[in-house]
Amino acid sequence: MTEEEAAFHAAAKNLPDPRPRPEEELKILEEVWRQPTGWRLPTAVNNNIVGSAYVGAALLFFVLAGCLALLMRSQLATPMAEIVGQETYNQLFTMHGTVMMFLFAVPAVEAMGVLLLPQMLAARDLPFPRLSAFAFWAYLVGGLVFFTTIFFGASPDGGWFMYPPLTSYVYSPGSNADWWLLGIGFIEISAIAGAIEIVVGVLKTRSPGMSLDKLPLFGWAMLVFAGMIIVGFPAIILGTILLELERAFHWPFFVAEKGGDPLLWQHLFWFFGHPEVYIIFIPAAGFMSMIVPVVARARLVGYRLVVAALVATGFISFGLWVHHMFTTGLPPISTGFFSAASMAVSIPAGIQVFAWIATIMAGERARWNVPTLFTVGFLIIFTMGGLTGVMVAMVPFDWQAHDTYFVVAHLHYVLIGGMVFPLFAAIYYWVPMVSRFALSERLGKWVFWLMFTGMHLTFLPMHWTGFAGMPRRVYTYLPNMGFDGFNLLSSIGAFTIGAGVALFVFDMARKFRMTQEENAGNVYGGGTLEWLPNGSYAARSIPIVKSREPLWDNPELGDQVEQGQWFLPGAPTHRRETIVTSPLKAIPQYLVIIPGPSWWHVIAAAFTAALFLSLTVKLTLPAALFGVIAIGAMLRWAWELDKGPDHEPVDVGGGLKLPVYMLGNRSHAIWAVWVLIVVIGMIFACMVFSYLYLWSVQPDRWPPAGTTLPSPLHTGTTLLLLAASGGLLTVADWMLTRARGKAIVLTPFLGALMFLILAIAGDIWQWSATGLRPGESSYGASVFTLGFLNSLNLFTVALMVLFVTARLLVGRTDPVRRLSFDTTRLLWLYTIGQTAVSVVFAHGFPRLVS
Amino acid sequence: MSGKGLPPVLDTAGPQADPIATLSWVLIVGGGVILLIILVALGIALFGGAWRRKFAGERMVIIGGILFPVVTLTGLLTYGLGLTAGLVGTEDADPVRIHVTGEQWWWRVEYLEPARFTSANEIVIPVGRPALIDLASDNVIHSFWVPELAGKLDMIPGKTNRIRLLAEEPGVYFGACAEYCGGPHALMLFRVRALPPADYARWVRRESGSAMPPSESLAAEGAALFQTLGCGGCHQVRGTRSRGLAGPDLTHVASRLHLGAGILPNNKGTLGGWVANPQRLKPGVKMPAYSALSARELRALVTYMDGLE
Repeated sequence: MTEEEAAFHAAAKNLPDPRPRPEEELKILEEVWRQPTGWRLPTAVNNNIVGSAYVGAALLFFVLAGCLALLMRSQLATPMAEIVGQETYNQLFTMHGTVMMFLFAVPAVEAMGVLLLPQMLAARDLPFPRLSAFAFWAYLVGGLVFFTTIFFGASPDGGWFMYPPLTSYVYSPGSNADWWLLGIGFIEISAIAGAIEIVVGVLKTRSPGMSLDKLPLFGWAMLVFAGMIIVGFPAIILGTILLELERAFHWPFFVAEKGGDPLLWQHLFWFFGHPEVYIIFIPAAGFMSMIVPVVARARLVGYRLVVAALVATGFISFGLWVHHMFTTGLPPISTGFFSAASMAVSIPAGIQVFAWIATIMAGERARWNVPTLFTVGFLIIFTMGGLTGVMVAMVPFDWQAHDTYFVVAHLHYVLIGGMVFPLFAAIYYWVPMVSRFALSERLGKWVFWLMFTGMHLTFLPMHWTGFAGMPRRVYTYLPNMGFDGFNLLSSIGAFTIGAGVALFVFDMARKFRMTQEENAGNVYGGGTLEWLPNGSYAARSIPIVKSREPLWDNPELGDQVEQGQWFLPGAPTHRRETIVTSPLKAIPQYLVIIPGPSWWHVIAAAFTAALFLSLTVKLTLPAALFGVIAIGAMLRWAWELDKGPDHEPVDVGGGLKLPVYMLGNRSHAIWAVWVLIVVIGMIFACMVFSYLYLWSVQPDRWPPAGTTLPSPLHTGTTLLLLAASGGLLTVADWMLTRARGKAIVLTPFLGALMFLILAIAGDIWQWSATGLRPGESSYGASVFTLGFLNSLNLFTVALMVLFVTARLLVGRTDPVRRLSFDTTRLLWLYTIGQTAVSVVFAHGFPRLVS
Repeated sequence: MSGKGLPPVLDTAGPQADPIATLSWVLIVGGGVILLIILVALGIALFGGAWRRKFAGERMVIIGGILFPVVTLTGLLTYGLGLTAGLVGTEDADPVRIHVTGEQWWWRVEYLEPARFTSANEIVIPVGRPALIDLASDNVIHSFWVPELAGKLDMIPGKTNRIRLLAEEPGVYFGACAEYCGGPHALMLFRVRALPPADYARWVRRESGSAMPPSESLAAEGAALFQTLGCGGCHQVRGTRSRGLAGPDLTHVASRLHLGAGILPNNKGTLGGWVANPQRLKPGVKMPAYSALSARELRALVTYMDGLE
């Protein structure tokens, strides 16, 4: 047993502590966690407010994208209709898919995570509240501007999958496609930020004693969700970088004549795009695993199996992407493999469906409230979508069904059944946690039945129209093809769903009144920690968790928590804090000081948005200005962090003393940098994959005839420069640890940066000197993109170095208070490693295969 | 398959599509049965008496969620893999060979064997003899789909895919572009006509030859107009000075069933409407409108083209 564990167990014996708490303690706690009001409201960072606003924004985009769908269904209600016209229709279906996937589905589940996770884990807040607030603002501003393009006819029209060559500069010369890349850029930023937040939040800020086998299933789901974002999103990040490089600078990645391949985009897109479906579904499955036990009033049957199923889904989902490409003419050996994997992924889904059914079977007679209805609706619709999913996983069947209305039907059964219905169940179930009133049960039943019947009316006939030969993404169809009536039915159904959603919006407007202290409470009788009595500081005190449904097992827990009988009943440092625990057993490690309200991350988000927007309309000069302001605001925001051990270790209750500052691998900040490194590493790995893929398609043109490679001498020089950079960085680290003077730390520190710049810029210069040009061949474009990715890392590291230098000079970084230095050092070492791999690869691979 | 009222995917007409129709039925019925089982289980869970609890447990999850799908899916996978191999592995002794290019938004059809000649938007094949069709594109991605005869296959720049069509009965089979290719993708259709061998041979003889010279004075006037208006800049009419390749070959346009890439029946009325204002019939089409033509000029032009059998 470690020292930390021993201290925790000793303290646990003294808790709950029934002695009354000092009177001013609660006042201080409330004061510290007071939410900004009035014009300062945008500065709020607390997860209750940001989470609720985030869910609200996602629902707004759901309604907006739904309106686009209604326009589409009006156009398709009758053959050869001229209601919206071809150009508008092509924009409508592109925007419907893009907005639903990127601005509704992913943000919605992420938002629910922001809102629910701290409460469920009895943490006071997320570990990086300003980061999630930043993600929210960037998403809201960027998303709204992106959406308004539909009113100017400037929306992207290449489909949400954006296949080049159609979307590249020749066939989409306008800025429409750039808007898509912009919209995706925002969701990439906010998804990655959210994933970092969620991984660190779930692994490091759980309630003491909540070992991983007691983690609520929603927590597991969000952990898998975040892991999948970290692995999957880099592919689309790289894809969008490559497509924008091709569009803006004509670097040919997808142009066959120059050694590229349009299929490279499809690989990158679907390596992200298929897991994306599970990124959306897994949190929704998490909702269901939380709600089903409450509906049934029984513990979930097969908790461990369901956890295994979630994790397995995460893994298998990365082996399926090619099933979107069965009709591209791939050899049967590879389609066979992906067909098998596509079927295999239905096994974890089956495990969960049967676990939910078994739980309902094990429980009391189900109560027919609105969450129950949406849960049952989910089970039916999702099962149907799953079965058609197995159908399209069969390669020959997919040859017929692919890109027809059959697939439109399938994907809407899976996504509406697998995500929208669980989300509605979740909203009805959890609204009482943050609102003064619960939503209306009477109206809610109407909402359900309208959506449920509308769903089948819309999408059931589409299976048939697909069989009848109607391709997807068509703005109209000829009469008498055998699908006129079915299309009309689908359109009527779409408006039925619309009526249900409208009624829901009406009820939200009527009943939703944001509050923590006076919330409607646990109306459905849940057993997990989010139903503890709550303030804006979350639970008054943080209990030791001994089971999966603590509230069911200890009916007095709520009162004990409210009277401050458990850990951290106040705000001992007079600042926002929460307990950081160990990742597996949740043993308390230290008390983290959490940042409070601020304008800086809001400004950073607004100007990040402005930067992207002005780049999209090619206003380079304003873009540069906005970029500088955004970076300035980010640095100013970071300036306040890393406060050092400015407070004595604190007694958090039961005699447990925790430090308020932590370095090394226990630190939540170091964890966050590691997550970021995985993301950057995946982007790099995807680029190496792209390079190798293009080589494998046209090996005789890789490199193109006449290319000279940089000499081995150059390779060696670059590697030496990298080694020198790493060596000097280690010297600086060593000097800082030994508390040497500023100049003695700074000289090797800045010297190390010089070497890094020389190595990365020098490598690009060497390639340039061989006469290779990125615009002339895919090979050249790939080589320079490797250099470009290294430069991006260099840029980040250089900013951080200047930042740490400033902190060193004013004494904000010293031998003890040095998290800023350590995080910079970590990213730096990674950059050296990535650059070394990239140099050896780019210089060595052509020699290896020639 | 001969069922009436069934959609093309289930009512197929050749060996490349028939096994998929059978597979579809297996999947539909099998899926239906599984759905029913799950609905019954859910119904018992929701409405059953207290006796239902003795089924509730991890055993149910393991049997329903792991064992049952593993067995069923293994069976299905074996069936699917065998089927895939059978559908792509066929070697033919004496196939007809055709090269089809996806254009924005029509189909360039080049017959290679038994004779070399060009056509557009309609593919004629002999009944009972396999046609090997090379599918290509030099612009954006398209997808070639004739549901009654085969599954679809993409046309991707930089890559040539090959599809095998074999019709067992004479007939006209509907085809469409299935991959979104921008603009009027919805109106990029075509037909496959399967002719009995003797008719096919006659068709090849006529179709591979040059265009018929105009037979009446109005048509001759139309032929002259065709030249002066510059139609030949985009369209080819073999045997005349019109050698354009940007648009569909019109050498035997009157022998085709449809106009505008499979969207309009081919007759004088639609032909005139198309020439006068193709944008109205197919918004986004690259052909300019000839709305300034006088009624007589239009009639002459249409009479000429309607004679290009």
